[in-house]
Amino acid sequence: MDIKEIIKPENLVYEKNKVLTDNVMHYCPGCTHGVIHKVIAEVIDEMGIQEKTLGVSPVGCSVLAYNYIDIDWLEAAHGRAPAVATGAARVNPDKVVFTYQGDGDLASIGTAEIMHACNRGENLVVFFVNNAIYGMTGGQMAPTTLVGQPTATTPYGRDVELHGYPLKITELIAQLPGTSFVTRQSAETPGAVRKLKKAIRKGFENTVNKKGTSFIEIVSTCNSGWKVSPVQANEWMKENMFPLYPLGTMKDQDKESDEQYKVK
Amino acid sequence: MGDLRLMKGNEVVAEAAIRCGCDGYFGYPITPQSEVMETLMLRKPWEETGMVVLQAESEVASINMLYGAASTGKKVFTSSSSPGISLMTEGISYLAGAELPCLFVNVQRGGPGLGTIQPSQADYFQAVKGGGHGDYKLIVLAPASVQETNDFMDLGFELAFKYSTPVMLLTDGVIGQMMEKVELSDFKPRWTDEEIERISGEWACLGKKDRPRHVSTSLELDSEKMEQNNHRFQAKYQSIQENEVRYEMLNCEDADYVMVAFGSSARIAQKSMEIAREKGIKVGLLRPITLFPFPIKQIEELAGRVKGFLSVEMNAGQMVEDVKLAVNGKVPVEYFGRYGGMIPTPGEIVTALEQKLIGG
Ligand SMILES: Cc1ncc(C[n+]2csc(CCOP(=O)(O)OP(=O)(O)O)c2C)c(N)n1
Repeated sequence: MDIKEIIKPENLVYEKNKVLTDNVMHYCPGCTHGVIHKVIAEVIDEMGIQEKTLGVSPVGCSVLAYNYIDIDWLEAAHGRAPAVATGAARVNPDKVVFTYQGDGDLASIGTAEIMHACNRGENLVVFFVNNAIYGMTGGQMAPTTLVGQPTATTPYGRDVELHGYPLKITELIAQLPGTSFVTRQSAETPGAVRKLKKAIRKGFENTVNKKGTSFIEIVSTCNSGWKVSPVQANEWMKENMFPLYPLGTMKDQDKESDEQYKVK
Repeated sequence: MGDLRLMKGNEVVAEAAIRCGCDGYFGYPITPQSEVMETLMLRKPWEETGMVVLQAESEVASINMLYGAASTGKKVFTSSSSPGISLMTEGISYLAGAELPCLFVNVQRGGPGLGTIQPSQADYFQAVKGGGHGDYKLIVLAPASVQETNDFMDLGFELAFKYSTPVMLLTDGVIGQMMEKVELSDFKPRWTDEEIERISGEWACLGKKDRPRHVSTSLELDSEKMEQNNHRFQAKYQSIQENEVRYEMLNCEDADYVMVAFGSSARIAQKSMEIAREKGIKVGLLRPITLFPFPIKQIEELAGRVKGFLSVEMNAGQMVEDVKLAVNGKVPVEYFGRYGGMIPTPGEIVTALEQKLIGG
């Protein structure tokens, strides 16, 4: 059969969704950012919210996320995406606003902004890509870097005496009354991607329904920064990151009522 | 006559914002400007006009909230005082780089560091020479009264949107804290979605419809393109320099000497001018209202016919450098100022005029 016979709408089993652009991604082969972008674009497409979604990209490898998901984007300063998103969402209550941030961006330089945005219960979805390293700047230690993990600034491995402990920020975020949905997912297998997609959909639905902050961590790899192959990176993540950053949903409820916080 | 009131400068910032159809305020408390947010919270404009008011967790956050809101074509502003503005400078540079129209008010206090809560003009360099990183400029308006504080809020937004650039109102603890008679502006409604689409639809992030997506960013990794962006910024600043200079000249026609002073210093220098004239010294006053764009041509012109300039500032001598650049060696340029929160007296200024310029 001629190939032209096969390429017909009725034979279509899979199609790139139209919210993902045709731009060639700059991410390293094996990087998780591309998969996560794709799933976010799919959910935006399926929910029909392209026209009212605003993305806020971080400083980090995903600074150029605006080249790949075909929505209007605001590119924030390093760590400030939650503040930028707060500003955009507050004056545009009809919009669906999300941030997309790495671990350095969200859990180091931007700790104050993410904590306070979540504590105020800003109507946002936060995507937190935790690859335990600073990818963009060449593989330095991140707040989420594991003890003993070698990076460019911890060449002998992270030492608690010198650098303190890995920050489990998602556990902290789950404590904040403004968050309604806090989950930790991954994207290394088709099954994991399906679960991730469900979580992303829930996050966006919460935002459409004005339910406060939805926070979705995605435990990820950075094979370039970790200096291993993509396959080895997945193994390393499963072996080392999953025990410290266990997958699963920590919170799925309405944001808290103000009752227990009131003056008597 | 419109709505006449006796009000504090800081309160007027808040009231004028509501009246000029502002969409949002994001701020963090700091003396001597905390009344701005306090007045807004008391006024509850969200009930009246729909204007959003939010107390941010820091100035770092408030300036970035401004970035987020301004990216969507809304009229938004923040206010702070010197240490807070220092924290904001990264964000200000991003706002300038992304060419976002917005307004911020700096009610200056004495520095450096935590300094003092008393008035100062020591942030002149920071305001007009950048402050943050990169080749950018802000339009800087320097009100000298509570009335001008009112008027410049609306003017500030007008210029911000005309040039797609951040605008700073540079006031100080004197202008912010003093009460004066003020005629408040009439109420203007906030822009509707349709108006925002018409005014800023070409660039603002309003949601991607039938057009290429909009990205609010200061990033351009291709350095040739980044140089092009910078050419565009410089052309804009040039056009601002040519078209937006604002100043006031008093008694300069017959003047032998001219004092140059802005904001509250100019109010004091005006009194010094009267004292000096009574003594028979022919002195005039040039008050730059825009600090960028600076009244270069006006100073150049005066330099051709006066014997000297005295720059009067509440800092250790900052604007004097710009006066010297404009005078370009034609006549002597001297400086007098008090700083660290101290305010010069009219008499001190006259003495400085006599000793530094006339006697010298
Ligand atoms: C104020 C500021 N400090 C530092 C940097 C340099 N910088 C760029 S990206 C980055 C780290 C990003 O790491 P992460 O958030 O983990 O994202 P990843 O690149 O791993 O996706 C740093 C430190 C910057 N751009 N701005």
